[in-house]
Amino acid sequence: MGKRVAVVGVGMTKQRSSRPDVNGQELINEAVRAALEDAGISRRDIDAVVIGNMDHFEGINYVDTWSVDGSGALMKPIMKLTTGGTTGTTVAMAAYYHVASGLFDRVLAVGWEKNSESDTTGAIITAFDPFWDRPIFAGAVAGLALEATQYMHLTGATEEDAAYVAVRERRHALNNPFAHLHINLTIEDVMNSPYLSWPVKMGDMCPRTDGACAVVFASEDVVEEFPNKPAWILAVADRHLWAYTSDPYVNQAIENGWWFPALEWSAREVYDKVGIKDPLKEIDVAELYLPYSFAGLRYMESLGFCERGGGPDLVRSGATDMGGECPVNPSGGVMSSNAIGATGLLRVAECALQIQGRAGDRQVPDVKIALATGFGGCFWSDVLLMGREMPEKPRG
Amino acid sequence: MEDWRKDQEIVVMEGRIKVPYRWAAGEVGTRYLQALRDEMRFLGTRCPGCGIVYHPPRRNCPDCERECGEWVELGERGTLLTYTVVRRHHPQLSPLPLPFGYGIVRLEGADTGFLHLLYEFQEGELRAGLPVEAVFAQEREGSVLDVRYFRPVREVG
Repeated sequence: MGKRVAVVGVGMTKQRSSRPDVNGQELINEAVRAALEDAGISRRDIDAVVIGNMDHFEGINYVDTWSVDGSGALMKPIMKLTTGGTTGTTVAMAAYYHVASGLFDRVLAVGWEKNSESDTTGAIITAFDPFWDRPIFAGAVAGLALEATQYMHLTGATEEDAAYVAVRERRHALNNPFAHLHINLTIEDVMNSPYLSWPVKMGDMCPRTDGACAVVFASEDVVEEFPNKPAWILAVADRHLWAYTSDPYVNQAIENGWWFPALEWSAREVYDKVGIKDPLKEIDVAELYLPYSFAGLRYMESLGFCERGGGPDLVRSGATDMGGECPVNPSGGVMSSNAIGATGLLRVAECALQIQGRAGDRQVPDVKIALATGFGGCFWSDVLLMGREMPEKPRG
Repeated sequence: MEDWRKDQEIVVMEGRIKVPYRWAAGEVGTRYLQALRDEMRFLGTRCPGCGIVYHPPRRNCPDCERECGEWVELGERGTLLTYTVVRRHHPQLSPLPLPFGYGIVRLEGADTGFLHLLYEFQEGELRAGLPVEAVFAQEREGSVLDVRYFRPVREVG
């Protein structure tokens, strides 16, 4: 049952604050051309396309057909997905499902966004419930700040602990020519940046970005046609919590031992499928959807990289820096580039480049196992584990 | 391509779309919002399977697949689970003058959290576990903004 699936080609645009020189289709096309060229194929070799963005950021609601000029999907099966912050990882998982099903051999995944074309906060509010959330909704930053305060309350972590993450991400981005922000921040810079929503400051947050990413997925039956070494998908999982902004803060979850149930359940599932017992040691690099600095503390715990409350010590130890036990976000991550529909797919693309040894100045030596995650609005999660060796059997 | 931007501005189309949505609250949401508007009472619904009291009310328990048929009267005081102090916000969307508090309140009798605004607090006063109480609007329209905000409970002499 099922086929094993690998990433065999990757393309991305440079991530920028605004790309008025191209329309959406043209932006998509830059990444698609790069991915097809990287895979050594043309659009005629592609069996199906999966594309994703957040409709309301551009105000264009039938992106699947509107984008065929750019995506190469003219007269091919195409499916559009919109899942918030996780859109890019959902696109990757859906492309994986297409190929793993055995129905398609070569599938192109595309994620993109032009955040410059709308009011991002206004657009994000349309993703939330009109009765229970919207009348009082104070934007994405305030939603994340609720998590940050809860985390500090539970663990005693400090704003300075979070600033370490903010500095690490921006330092890593200096090695990535595709990253949007190239700024060498210090802890003091982050601590002195203005509060947006206490305890979250300007320096703690991701930017808004225009950009696109495309990834070619291939079946084990055709993988040898491609010039690049395959970066195999080992396992994927996703979990959704409930419906409203207030749901993730229900104390029952914490009393039952779950701090971030969607991420913890997803991570546990992929680790169990692959047989990972000690993620920090066994995973060689992680490209995580960290939308703001405090996530870089708490998610370490949810991913099993350390014990509850151990995030600050782990980050301060250097274990997640380049050269550490498991470098996190060599690309600079989401805090350096956040074209929302592309963001999750960039995590998968970066993991593929790391496994293939093609990540340039941001390469981590000898990557055998890589972890990618996606994060979405009401604290839901996608998790993908990728590897250099073909899995013994398809794992779902 | 040569740099064509040297001598011209990029054309930008300004959007003017306004879509007048009309969302129905449904029977459960309507009963809740009527009680809030007309009687300044908070109601929750209890799942007969797991016993969780949902506030805001839910018709269906997402875990047990059971209909939450039982209405439960809740207190207008509760516990602050987590919070933030919003210092920057979209001026047209900001419901209160900046800075204002924003938090998750678990009302007495409820098991789940309720997203709302916080006001009338001193600097440094907010904390997880703080008892808070609802302040109702004079003019109420059947929305969660019929509660203007929550504030720390002040015991009067």
